[in-house]
Amino acid sequence: MATPRRAFVRSEFSPSLAPPLSVGGPFGWVRANLFNSALSSILTLASIAFILWITPGLVRWLLIDAVWSAPDGDACRAPGSGACWAYVRAKITFFTYGAYPRDALWRVDVTLAMGAALAVWLLWPDWPRKGVAAILFFAIYPHVAFILLHGMGDGSRAVVNAAAGVFNSEALRDFARDGIPIIGTHLWGGIFVSLLVATVGIVVSLPMGVLLALGRQSTAPFIRFFCIVLIEVVRGVPLITVLFMANTMLPLFVPDAWTPDRLLRPLIGVALFASVYMAEVVRGGLQAVPRGQLEGAMALGLTQSRMMRLIVLPQALTIVIPGIVNSFIALFKDTTLVAIVGVFDFLRAIDTQRLDPAWNGPTISTTGYAFAAMFYFVFCFAMSRYSLMMERRLAHGRKR
Amino acid sequence: MKSFCTSMVTAVASLSFGVVAAYAQAPAPAAPTSKTLEQVKARGVLVCGSNTGLAGFGMPDDKGNWTGLDVEFCRAISAAIFNDPNKVRFVPLSAKDRFTALQSGEIDVLSRNGTWTISREADLGLLWAGVNYYDGQAFMVRKKLNINSALELSGASVCVQQGTTTETNLADFFRANNMKYEPAVYATSAEAVKQYDTGRCDAYTTDMSGLFSERLRLINSDEHVILPQVISKEPLGPAVRQGDDQWLNIVKWTHFAMLNAEELGITKANADERVKSTNPEIRRLLGSEGDFGKSMGLTSDWALRIIKHVGNYGESYNRNIGDGSRLKIPRGLNNLWNKGGLQYGPPVR
Repeated sequence: MATPRRAFVRSEFSPSLAPPLSVGGPFGWVRANLFNSALSSILTLASIAFILWITPGLVRWLLIDAVWSAPDGDACRAPGSGACWAYVRAKITFFTYGAYPRDALWRVDVTLAMGAALAVWLLWPDWPRKGVAAILFFAIYPHVAFILLHGMGDGSRAVVNAAAGVFNSEALRDFARDGIPIIGTHLWGGIFVSLLVATVGIVVSLPMGVLLALGRQSTAPFIRFFCIVLIEVVRGVPLITVLFMANTMLPLFVPDAWTPDRLLRPLIGVALFASVYMAEVVRGGLQAVPRGQLEGAMALGLTQSRMMRLIVLPQALTIVIPGIVNSFIALFKDTTLVAIVGVFDFLRAIDTQRLDPAWNGPTISTTGYAFAAMFYFVFCFAMSRYSLMMERRLAHGRKR
Repeated sequence: MKSFCTSMVTAVASLSFGVVAAYAQAPAPAAPTSKTLEQVKARGVLVCGSNTGLAGFGMPDDKGNWTGLDVEFCRAISAAIFNDPNKVRFVPLSAKDRFTALQSGEIDVLSRNGTWTISREADLGLLWAGVNYYDGQAFMVRKKLNINSALELSGASVCVQQGTTTETNLADFFRANNMKYEPAVYATSAEAVKQYDTGRCDAYTTDMSGLFSERLRLINSDEHVILPQVISKEPLGPAVRQGDDQWLNIVKWTHFAMLNAEELGITKANADERVKSTNPEIRRLLGSEGDFGKSMGLTSDWALRIIKHVGNYGESYNRNIGDGSRLKIPRGLNNLWNKGGLQYGPPVR
């Protein structure tokens, strides 16, 4: 009997099976990433044990046992109480603005908001017209910020007065007469000064660093020599020494009227310091650009400055983004050093207020420092994430 | 010979009489001008070097206003000059740059709990205007130990900060009194206090003013007591530059005016009505009689201004570090001389 044997032909693909548990899914991920070798397993278990050991106490101290509101330190002195957030709430204005007059806080707020808006515009990759943002941020904003924070001196009044003459505006003339009252830097303090020092350092150090790095590679011996000496001397001295020199020695050498402001001195010191470190980071990038790029640019007949601007620097700076951000993060944390020359930066403000007899208690110092740690972590972590994002975007061209 | 002697004596006598007569006839010499005072007046504000933050002595409060005993001293000088206690700019100075700031002219007066020592006057070219707080090293122990005197501390373990004069003073005190002790030395005062709090030591030692502030940081601060003995001398006071004697006078007499006011019972509240008092000492101090302020380059009601705006020494003490504050430091050595202390204001006359 010959029954026709029908050949089995699939008309469609069979559904693909789920990968075995040991490879795919969360279990597979855990296996591949956390337990892929004996050492890795041990480290994983040790880390879990550490987290389990530290978390309950931390959560209890920071959140559960914490005192959230109290009129003074007495509630925080109760035995077994955790972090005294009431203290941070009571002091937050001082932590943020220092001794800045309370009726003029809007000046700081407006300055910081403007700075933040411009910085976002400048840093957010998809936003248009970076050129305008750069001009606003680097050329106009510093002046506006200075006038808002410090007040209007005779110079800026004269400028406004001149503008009033040009536009024939009565409002501007009134403004020139009344002006914005001057608030001396001895009243500045807190987070606002920390951000100010960091921003000045960052804004000055990047262009200065690029110039110094280029100068160090220059073929003109005088420029090269000057840049090398500046970089090596400043790098060879600790920042604390520079600050002390600026604060205790400088006033002895120069006449009273010429002595720079007490806040300006550390600002200059920090900016100079950040610039020379930045110069070395940028130099690393310049050396990493292949020679062929330079030769190609020469073959196209580009001038020296165009070659740098269009070919070399974009590549060099992309390569050293991690290094640049690393310097910025280090600089941001180094700003606390200005405290030793009597500037009330954020950390110094916390350090002072923890001694307030109305609050002083067993948990006050720890609470203050925990708050400072969170603040610095949030800022540094954000900077680090931003740089990672930029690296990924800019690396598209080099991905193979 | 005799006639020669006589004539010499006569000549000298007549000469000196002539000089005296000349002085008596000449208009009273104009008050010597103080360069610093002129600068302060021209600037419209007194620049005062202050602590970067020391509870009770000088620190900014929540609103950024400076408060404290040393701070109020600067406000008193400002009140004497401008009749306004708020014409002061405080420059917070660290221990390292405080003297340079004074030498270089960056500040007019340093009121920052600086200890008065010979080297600071002789080598650094400064002058102390007096002592507005007599500090000194003391001990803190637990109440339950039932110790009432530092001399009962034999055999005790003592927590102390490393590398300071505190450590040497401690050793000297126990050696001088033939007592044994066991030091427990820590890098920072915060660490030393913490170790004391955990029971590592029987006693903790630092300057008296510091002990009262540190005690607040202990878990059960009521269970600790500060022993009254003081084993070292730390006279703290305001300092000025050398070479401006009149300015030194102003700073010095600001302090003395506050002391005399306390002694005479003149307070912030009653100063205005005490101007009419018949007591000659009060009348001279408040400027109802005599022109003592004018000869210093100030007004005759200089002391009244100080007391009206800031108060007398006792009021300032109580408000900032005494019973009116949380520190509650007993007056002790800082009581007036007629109450068993060392604060003694020379007479205004």
